[in-house]
Amino acid sequence: MNKNTNKVMSTILMTLILITFIACKPRGIQQAISADAAGKVYVAPGKYDEFYNFVSGGFSGQMSVYGIPSGRLFRVIPVFSVDPEKGYGYSEETKPMLNTSHGFVPWDDLHHIALSVTNGIHDGRWVFGNGNNTPRVARIDLKTFRTVEIIEIPNSGGNHSSPFITENSEYVVAGTRFSIPMDDTNGDVPINTYKQNFRGTVSFIKIDPASGNMNIAFQILLPGVNFDLSRAGKGKSHGWFFFSCYNSERANTLLEVNSSQKDKDFILCVNWKKAEEYVAQGKGKKQVVKYAHNMYDEKKHMATSIMEKEVLVLDPKDLADMVYFMPCPKSPHGCDTDPTGEFIVGSGKLAAIIPVFSFTKIQKAIADKTYDGDYEGIPVLKYESVLHGEVLKPGLGPLHTEFDDNGNAYTSMFVSSEVVKWNIQSLQVLDRVPTYYSVGHLSVPGGPTKKPWGKYMIAYNKITKDRFLPTGPELAQSAQLYDISGDKMKLILDFPTIGEPHYAEAIPAELVSKNSVKIYKIEENQNPWVAKGDDFARVERKGNEVHVYMTSIRSHFVPDNIEGVRLGDVVYFHVTNLEQDWDVPHGFAVKGANNAELLIMPGETQTLMWKPDRVGVFPMYCTDFCSALHQEMQGYIRVSVPGSNVPISFSTGNTTPVQ
Amino acid sequence: MKTIKTLILFMLGCGLYLFSCQSKGVKTDAPVLDVQDLTKNQPEVHGQEIKEGEIVFSASLDQAMATKGNAIYSLKCQSCHRLTEERLVGPGWKGVTQKRNPTWILNMIINVDMMLESDPEAQKLLEQCLVRMPNQNITREEALDIIEFMRKNDGVK
Repeated sequence: MNKNTNKVMSTILMTLILITFIACKPRGIQQAISADAAGKVYVAPGKYDEFYNFVSGGFSGQMSVYGIPSGRLFRVIPVFSVDPEKGYGYSEETKPMLNTSHGFVPWDDLHHIALSVTNGIHDGRWVFGNGNNTPRVARIDLKTFRTVEIIEIPNSGGNHSSPFITENSEYVVAGTRFSIPMDDTNGDVPINTYKQNFRGTVSFIKIDPASGNMNIAFQILLPGVNFDLSRAGKGKSHGWFFFSCYNSERANTLLEVNSSQKDKDFILCVNWKKAEEYVAQGKGKKQVVKYAHNMYDEKKHMATSIMEKEVLVLDPKDLADMVYFMPCPKSPHGCDTDPTGEFIVGSGKLAAIIPVFSFTKIQKAIADKTYDGDYEGIPVLKYESVLHGEVLKPGLGPLHTEFDDNGNAYTSMFVSSEVVKWNIQSLQVLDRVPTYYSVGHLSVPGGPTKKPWGKYMIAYNKITKDRFLPTGPELAQSAQLYDISGDKMKLILDFPTIGEPHYAEAIPAELVSKNSVKIYKIEENQNPWVAKGDDFARVERKGNEVHVYMTSIRSHFVPDNIEGVRLGDVVYFHVTNLEQDWDVPHGFAVKGANNAELLIMPGETQTLMWKPDRVGVFPMYCTDFCSALHQEMQGYIRVSVPGSNVPISFSTGNTTPVQ
Repeated sequence: MKTIKTLILFMLGCGLYLFSCQSKGVKTDAPVLDVQDLTKNQPEVHGQEIKEGEIVFSASLDQAMATKGNAIYSLKCQSCHRLTEERLVGPGWKGVTQKRNPTWILNMIINVDMMLESDPEAQKLLEQCLVRMPNQNITREEALDIIEFMRKNDGVK
């Protein structure tokens, strides 16, 4: 071996040694990315991800679906906001989904996700989301990834503490963020009479175990605090629900200062099994209210909206042993129960510790009446008597906690932009990693269930700054994926998200993908305006309404030439997609339509309303590239003057020249 | 040379160090479930290939089957296929039972993706029509009804 080779080899070996050391060094910001990160998040072309990640869209009002570990975006499910791309909220069939007691509300703010569970474990049937602004809860069917039900919440001023779920999907809850005068009272009161006139409620929405249909079983009337987040008990604490609340000062202005006066606020403990007993005994009071209940029928491919007229209210003033307050330091935000159901983690946004409460101790304190007085007539449990312990010096601004399957908890620290891993039993901090930047919620697959799937943790950040290529003043929110399979958390991927994600859940892909519907069977289509084949394609006039029953298949519409419409008419295009092939939707658009397009799945019928505004010939065409002759998938509709004697006529393939 | 030996030993030590540096508690994965394969258990019907001689047709028409076939035709076929010889999206059906072997027609109806991949006649039609014939989710029994309807259209009594 000559000298040169010797030198080269030495250099190579030295470099390797250096790399080895660097890889083992404690991580600073730049070293937070481990060398094998790329391999861990790489999903080869044509391969599937391991988990679905259902992510709230915040102020977009929608819910998005990502693959984990790749961070690829698969779908944006329209929920509370109109979506012109899918015709959601624009087609006649979907408009009723967004109906409320305030009329049609085309936008909301979706913060939290709850996946359905059986025995405390994900079952992959439904995902629920909350509407924070005009209080609503939505259910999405995971067979079709479509919003199939939305229920409005009465006696609520903003549905933030929602839609958390009990361990057999018995209930999802809805706790009001804003306290307000109740719906059946005269609400025209001075705002500074808050303490006399404003009340809070938490609602329990019953889920039908077979159909998933929701109805509000009861509401609990509570003092006028702000309900923030919540979690159901599970295992030994099944039958209980825990709601964090702030503003026990009951301030109605400058809450930033005025609701942070007290040393402790509360976590509300609700014994919902007890509440069920009171309901069964007829102890609730029916209150006259008004709220919309909207359902989408997947056979008729259309939604209906009904206005509900009453709700059952339980008042703890008359009904003992149902609710208790548990003191929790400084404006608690997150309120999370561990997989065993024994521990409840409160996260005081302004506290320097994380308190962990023990369900066993809560039960003992209730039995022994170890109270620290009451708050507005509701017993307050003594802090020390219910405390398992405090995590000391966890970081700044604790917000939310998720769990793995090894007895560890992960808490997001908003102010210090980090995630802290700690042991639930010992309360010792085990590890911490930076996030970029200002992390909100976390998601560990199965994190809120009895059986966390673990492996990954995703952090949803509020501030993006320098993480991605700049796009002007507004940036995509950044999410960060960590490998948590070892002792140390390892950052392995950044990915951008839509809207502003708040909470998210992740579920093993096979629990959902195996049930995913590919087509709607045309034979089962019960839409009243369906055209099951070209023999049923037609145009009918009813007064000033013109109904076009149209079929679509690669690559033409029947009919594609329509005449006899007059200015002043309202035209309804009822378009049926006759395809029975996966991933072959057809679109439909007509010039000058004041709404949007239709996007019609195989076997489905959807309706677009169109009011022509002038006389002339209007093109219409398919918007979803369907075949080599997609660009040929088009037609014309002729609009004549009012009172014209051009008869209704329609055709496809009629090439007869003018007489 | 000595330097290299030392370095190699050192590297080996470091290798161990690196190993020990790896996190404990990494779970060994249970047999990996093929998620992609699960997608195949779904209600999109792609028929089993029908082999030559598997189906035997009687000389006379089964009226009941032809009537059922007619109904399926108007729901799932008519948009593209006329009952005359005229080509619309796909070829007209007049004379198809004389021109084509019934096994070939059946496979086109229920197993079109396979045919477009491997059958030269099917590929020739795609070149003419330029629109892939869709899988219309038709079962084997329904396809036999359609053939009966085609035979009726071609004058079989």
